[in-house]
Amino acid sequence: MTFFASHRPIDALAVGEIALIAAIDRAGLDPATAQRLCELGFDEGVDVEIVHRAPFGGDPLAVRVGNMVVALRREMARLIEVEAA
Amino acid sequence: MNAPAANLPPVSARQPVVALVGNPNAGKTSLFNALTGSRQKVGNYPGVTVERKAGRLALPDGRVAELVDLPGTYSLTPRSPDEAVTRDAIFGRMVGEKRLDAIVAVVDATNLRNHLRFVLELKALGLPLIVALNMVDLAARDGIQIDSARLADLLGLPVVETVAVRRKGLDALGAALSARIGDAPLTPPEERGSDVRALQKQARQLAATVETSVGSAKAWSQRIDRVALHPVVGPLLLALVLFFMFQAVFSWAEAPMGWIESGVAALQAELAATLPQGWFLSLLNDGVLAGVGAVVVFLPQILILFLFILTLEQTGYMTRAAFLMDRLMARVGLNGRAFIPLLSSFACAVPGIMATRTIDSPRDRLTTILIAPLMTCSARLPVYAVVIGAFIPARDVGPFGLQGLVLFALYLAGILGALVAAFALRRTVTKGAAPPFLMEMPKYQLPALRDVMLGLYGRVTAFLQRAGTIILASTIVLWAMASWPQPPVGGTKPPIEYSLAGKIGAALEPIFAPIGFNKEIAIALVPGMAAREVAVSALGTVYALNDVSEDNAGSLIERLRGAWPLPTALAFLAWFVFAPQCISTLAITRRETASWRWPIFMFSYLFAAAYVAAGLTFHIASALL
Repeated sequence: MTFFASHRPIDALAVGEIALIAAIDRAGLDPATAQRLCELGFDEGVDVEIVHRAPFGGDPLAVRVGNMVVALRREMARLIEVEAA
Repeated sequence: MNAPAANLPPVSARQPVVALVGNPNAGKTSLFNALTGSRQKVGNYPGVTVERKAGRLALPDGRVAELVDLPGTYSLTPRSPDEAVTRDAIFGRMVGEKRLDAIVAVVDATNLRNHLRFVLELKALGLPLIVALNMVDLAARDGIQIDSARLADLLGLPVVETVAVRRKGLDALGAALSARIGDAPLTPPEERGSDVRALQKQARQLAATVETSVGSAKAWSQRIDRVALHPVVGPLLLALVLFFMFQAVFSWAEAPMGWIESGVAALQAELAATLPQGWFLSLLNDGVLAGVGAVVVFLPQILILFLFILTLEQTGYMTRAAFLMDRLMARVGLNGRAFIPLLSSFACAVPGIMATRTIDSPRDRLTTILIAPLMTCSARLPVYAVVIGAFIPARDVGPFGLQGLVLFALYLAGILGALVAAFALRRTVTKGAAPPFLMEMPKYQLPALRDVMLGLYGRVTAFLQRAGTIILASTIVLWAMASWPQPPVGGTKPPIEYSLAGKIGAALEPIFAPIGFNKEIAIALVPGMAAREVAVSALGTVYALNDVSEDNAGSLIERLRGAWPLPTALAFLAWFVFAPQCISTLAITRRETASWRWPIFMFSYLFAAAYVAAGLTFHIASALL
């Protein structure tokens, strides 16, 4: 669900490229997971960066969000949209 | 600080209860260890398999509080049974937990904005709350300066800077608690939902106000991760770490295991020399000492394995291992978190199954418990050693020894079996969506010796208590079954054949005949129910050798060579890859799943897998050889 042309899923970022979270498709997640994502710091306007992609297919991703690094799978990363910082 | 009645005992004898609450990786357990030292008690909450850790905390005003280390959680909205315990304890409705008099919110100074959100959520409850701003040293290292006085002002809460691993700030924390804990018991707060996003926003603003960044954050962790998570170097490093760990587990443990064995043997000899021959001596030597010895002998391996696992966990490397392994685990329907319990299961499935408590999805956890016994535990090694020694020629294949290759193949067969089992289970009995994989990767830290040692102590006592009591009881029962009825006067067969175990084994023979097992094997599998390695000594008994131990294993090897055709020996090895026999594993599964259903299921599916594997091996080997 891309609202703006400048938005892309976090998954599309290159490693080390810093961007801001533009939108999170919370409807695509169960409520508990959506809340946990928020508790881990994923929120609109927060700066993010992919710091690592796992070997064997680049899944999961290690994403730096604020001061924290969180591992998540690409399937979930697709629900997080970013825009240029 | 206003400390009324300083140094005077409190009027009421009521012991205040203080809970440590905080995000995982906030250094909560280190703070708990620093505050309570060795005066801690590890138990279980009734009805749930969540550990309760509590200790005594002497306050500067002379009162002694009970300090409870509640499971780490990100909020009061739980996602796992552990997190539900924290919520229920705070709201005063956890069975087995007293009402709280104060909360210490442990906050990671290097990750202020996420952790402050939880503090704001806790503050809204209205209970006496003190913020422990932990790991301020790491924040300084990462170039973050925090104005803690300003933070205290803005929060309206006492804020104490601490460095738990170096015991800094503990006195100030005690003083703050003294000042905040009243004498009257408090009414637990009411549960109200909170708006996570609003709190998160508020926390971010708060953090931005009190933080001054004087350098790039997390530089060290990122630098290490560039190697540890490198697409090529990362997996190689993990393989190297695991290789070194297993080398250590098996080679360092060899000597102490020998001492324990000779100690038990000496004790048995001593008893045999002092007590009259008879059933009582046999009970002590063949039942109690043999049974307890069979467990205690694995203690060195378990100690070394946990030393490695706890140290790797503390440094933060274990989450990197989980990250690297997630892809492989995902293919069979599990996630990276299952890796650590499965790793522990290579020493013994009992601590491995206990370690599954960190898996947040109940289905993933159950699947991991069910496949844990397929990891080749050290109890299989004596069996493998005897059979490989008897039937696999000690010659070289290229640069490798054939015997070593066969052993390696047996380990590999166990791992592959576990992956196939997980794949099948996740599509049948543990079917259903698992919550998506989300895992915080904490920064790297130097492990603290005190925390590793206290963790080791806790795991080892839990292992000895749980496995020790069960195996002791079951070996006594199996000893009785293998000893009675006694052989008639003038009986020519080995005494075990006249016993109940022998009769059961003989009755089972037709079941095992199609997979190439003879009557002796069937009989040996009955006392071998207690623990897999007991099958070795049982075989010794069946083949009428007295007291088969390491010292005269050679004679058993000779004996087996004459008694078993090669396909039978290979089938026996294949059986032990899947072998369901281990009462401790079944008992711990019953405990951790709180029902008999899963241990019975585990036994049945492992039995079926072992039967099929042994049968296939026997028939293929018979056709080829």
